[in-house]
Amino acid sequence: MKALSIQNLTKVYKNGFEALKGISLDVNQGDFFALLGPNGAGKSTTIGIITSLVTKSSGQVRVFDADIDIDSEAAKSYIGLVPQEFNFNGFEQVKHILISQAGYYGIPAHEAEPRADELLLQLGLWDKRHTPSRALSGGMKRRLMIARALVHKPQLLILDEPTAGVDIELRRSMWLFLQAINAQGTTIILTTHYLEEAENLCRNIAIIDNGLIVENTDMKSLLNRLDKETFILDLKSPLPTDFTLSGFYLHRLDNTTIEVELKRGEGLNNLFAALSLQGIEVSSMKNKANRLEELFLALVDKSEATL
Amino acid sequence: MTTKFARHQVAFNTLLSREIRRFLRIWPQTLLPPAITMTLYFIIFGNLIGSKIGEMGGFNYTQYIAPGIIMMSVINNAYSNVASSFFSAKFQNHIEELIVAPVPNYLILAGYVAGGTARGLCVGLIVTLVSLFFTHLSIQHVFITISMVFLSAILFALGGFINAIYARSFDEISIIPTFILTPMTYLGGVFYSISLLPEFWQKVSLLNPIFYMVNAFRYGMLGTSDIAVEIAFAIIILCIISLTSFALYLLNKGTGIRN
Repeated sequence: MKALSIQNLTKVYKNGFEALKGISLDVNQGDFFALLGPNGAGKSTTIGIITSLVTKSSGQVRVFDADIDIDSEAAKSYIGLVPQEFNFNGFEQVKHILISQAGYYGIPAHEAEPRADELLLQLGLWDKRHTPSRALSGGMKRRLMIARALVHKPQLLILDEPTAGVDIELRRSMWLFLQAINAQGTTIILTTHYLEEAENLCRNIAIIDNGLIVENTDMKSLLNRLDKETFILDLKSPLPTDFTLSGFYLHRLDNTTIEVELKRGEGLNNLFAALSLQGIEVSSMKNKANRLEELFLALVDKSEATL
Repeated sequence: MTTKFARHQVAFNTLLSREIRRFLRIWPQTLLPPAITMTLYFIIFGNLIGSKIGEMGGFNYTQYIAPGIIMMSVINNAYSNVASSFFSAKFQNHIEELIVAPVPNYLILAGYVAGGTARGLCVGLIVTLVSLFFTHLSIQHVFITISMVFLSAILFALGGFINAIYARSFDEISIIPTFILTPMTYLGGVFYSISLLPEFWQKVSLLNPIFYMVNAFRYGMLGTSDIAVEIAFAIIILCIISLTSFALYLLNKGTGIRN
């Protein structure tokens, strides 16, 4: 079953800006799906339309087969949204926010309370349950938005840049939490600027740029398309000024750091053998960019070149 | 499996209790000021000036103005509660909590209006208790009194809601209370009988809906009115139907809340 089905979706804002130019997209039930794109590409507009925050110009959106125009209440009841910006009442207490949100979905307080307590404990907000939300730190506010989105047990969780501005430790704990939620059967759609996050978490991906879907495939096939990778090597001793390495494209960053581009399928052994032959010792190595990031930039550049 | 009706009832109760919790939490801004202001009205207009005026409509002046002062506080508070609460929800974006949830627009409207009505009635009760320190009040027609205060609170809560839908800044939710609502209230016969006015101004007063509310409410409490109570009810119910339809139209269109 499709958790989400979008057909020929368009959006033209009042000022004439065409944010979506007829996108179509399917997300299967149980998927962990990445919706990526540069700023202003149309990701938030798409999410806004799915969640009724933005009115579409044309097209069709179905959530678990419920059309958002015909059966909007059913469609809405399937969705939990973690928006990009903080959007709760700063004066309300954390627990009240969760119980109220459950109430809007028709869950009475006596049922919502244990669910709210469970989420507050899981997300490390239990000690703050009686605190007005404005007094929470940025990371806590992010977690509160996740708890609020989950309080009615949605089948489709949409996260619009949930880890923006969150420190790495918290980001990783949020990844584990989201993976656990997904393993329990919740379909997740994620937009993020941390492409490492999408690569680690998501099984399928769509890249949107200038209001069009420029790629929609599974993560594995996409990554397999990468035809080159760039590595940064830290060397133990400075390189001679006239140093070259035949058969490799090499760029010197400073005296002890080089950047090497390798074609797909070309083993690292040849590179290390060539370096060893010249008496160069490598102390550490890392990818210049995350693999998905390179593909993303290539796809987005290509889409811009066709404009 | 809960029915749609049961889910809607829970959603409405949640919204109403959230609104009540809000105005109780900030009681120094919502409940205390009308109590103090109306006490000053009773002291200055009722006791000090009123003793010089003597009787009006067969009642001492403090008694005569008490229903109008109660109604004035109900109207102002019902209006400003919804205007400020709904505008704050827009301003802080937490209106999105409701938009993304399966809450139909009529329930959003009903919840906010019920919250405003609750504050209006709560303040009305406080002001009534304050007035008892200054004068003796009895209710001549219980049904008329209660239904008129209730309908007036609903009507002005609806007005506050529409104001908040259009408002783009906090200034814009104070413009209408300051420049329209307050003058209409003062000219609505709170402090005088329109029989004291020249004929032209008597006719102008008949265009003011607050005039009908104040008089019908006064009739319920004291048994005296400048107009027929049936007309007052008809006008108020007509206004409520019109404003409800308009507010729902704006909500369905997404005015001020959706892109």
